[in-house]
Amino acid sequence: MAALHQRTVNLLKKSDVELAVRWMADLEASGSTRNLKVDDIKQQMAEFLRLLNAIANDGGSQTVGSAQGDEVRQFLEKLSQQRALVGQDAQQTAYFIFSLKGPLFALLQTEYSDDASLLAEQLWELSQLLDTLGMHTIRTYQKSREAVIKRQQEELLELSTPVVKLWDGVLALPMIGTLDSQRTQVVMESLLQRIVDTGSEIAIIDITGVPTVDTLVAQHLLKTVTAIRLMGADCIISGVRPQIAQTIVHLGLDLQGVVTKANLADALALALRRLGVTVAKASV
Amino acid sequence: MNVRVSGTQPVNIEQDVVLARQLARKLAQDCGMRLIDLTKLVTAVSELARNTMTYGGGGVMDWQIIEDGMRTGVRLTFRDEGPGIPDLKLAMTDGWTSGGGLGLGLTGAKRLVDDFDLETAPGAGTRVMICKWT
Amino acid sequence: MERIPILQMGDFLLVTIQVDMHDQLALTLQDDLSERISQISARGVLIDISALDMVDSFIGRMIGMISGLSRIMDAETVLVGMQPAVAITLVELGMTLPGVSTALNVERGMTLLRARAASQ
Repeated sequence: MAALHQRTVNLLKKSDVELAVRWMADLEASGSTRNLKVDDIKQQMAEFLRLLNAIANDGGSQTVGSAQGDEVRQFLEKLSQQRALVGQDAQQTAYFIFSLKGPLFALLQTEYSDDASLLAEQLWELSQLLDTLGMHTIRTYQKSREAVIKRQQEELLELSTPVVKLWDGVLALPMIGTLDSQRTQVVMESLLQRIVDTGSEIAIIDITGVPTVDTLVAQHLLKTVTAIRLMGADCIISGVRPQIAQTIVHLGLDLQGVVTKANLADALALALRRLGVTVAKASV
Repeated sequence: MNVRVSGTQPVNIEQDVVLARQLARKLAQDCGMRLIDLTKLVTAVSELARNTMTYGGGGVMDWQIIEDGMRTGVRLTFRDEGPGIPDLKLAMTDGWTSGGGLGLGLTGAKRLVDDFDLETAPGAGTRVMICKWT
Repeated sequence: MERIPILQMGDFLLVTIQVDMHDQLALTLQDDLSERISQISARGVLIDISALDMVDSFIGRMIGMISGLSRIMDAETVLVGMQPAVAITLVELGMTLPGVSTALNVERGMTLLRARAASQ
């Protein structure tokens, strides 16, 4: 099986400066250095060349995935993150790596001008190495993007389902829109945390704004209620419309003694009664 | 599927169960797992490590952080050379709620993780693999 | 020998579980607790698990045993301080902790125990 020759490895080591110049020229020409500081790019280029030399010395494309490739992979991950923040897309970010091929190939052509088959072999090996590194860059770029999107989604979920304090010891969670597994989980966790943080004994989950309740949704709701009770608080479900009540009966769902109220006002009245709070009108 | 890091540690005494939990917690944190998923994983690990110690006569826990495309996961395998589980159906009976079954907490652990695989036979030891993805 | 401290608060006893439980510790706790309950004719036992970020079947069984033990000695048990992640995990496991009352914290737990004791 072909591998990177020691001759190639040595060539890489002593050609840092030359490669850097041609590489930078290429990057500038393609416009992928826009929005980036020249010093930062130069630093990244120098670092990458150093790591490339190291991995070439350690075995090439085969070693990228192993422990020896840890450092270069970490570098690529940092690069992806930085480029994503600056607004570059996956292609532009990976181009940083792939654009090095041009200068490298030119370098090899000069070195192996006497041996066509060796040249072809070494070109192939180097190409594989850069491809592996480039693909890793793309993969990590996409991963960071996914993570950002996921975080934004969760923040949006929390914003759209705020937990409000109705009274000392009474929290309300108005749910609006369709409830799916992911959403219910995130919301459930924030409600439970607020219960602990505020020491509220009663949580009212209002489903007025939920169009349909199927078995899955009901199960999630029940799990939430059970968890609330396990923690030592209690739960009232309000906003149970006639259609939803029918669906629940129709599906044969067991609400396990959870009190339901037609609307939030009734639920609040019940909660206050339980807490021994009475509301009286001030005499005029 | 790509294994990022891996290792093995013994599960023979009480202290090992504690260490297994702590390791699972650290691995999950390293992957950026959410608290609730992390808690489920650590709870499952506690169950299975305890089983290995108590019923398996001691054994090991192999651990790995794996990558499958976009997602990262923690995979753990509990192995022992103990007597094995004679009646799998009984073992997988809910020992949690009914108090029946063998009380091995296997069904419980299965519910807490994403992937679950059990290999056992009388006299051939037991191998339980679990995996939780971020 | 390592043992879990049991605090007396009036007619009630408070047990705070902070360290990793193991067989010996659990057995010692049960012994110590039954002695103290009898000693002061305790009306209730509070088990504070606010420091636990995980509750497995072993701890669940222990809580169940303490609860059963107390009841036989005419004391009520209240479990306090369960963390949300623990609650969600227990629900997922289907573990219901039958016969064990719960409260958000020690203060609420005491209020609950006093109310129960008064109504008897």
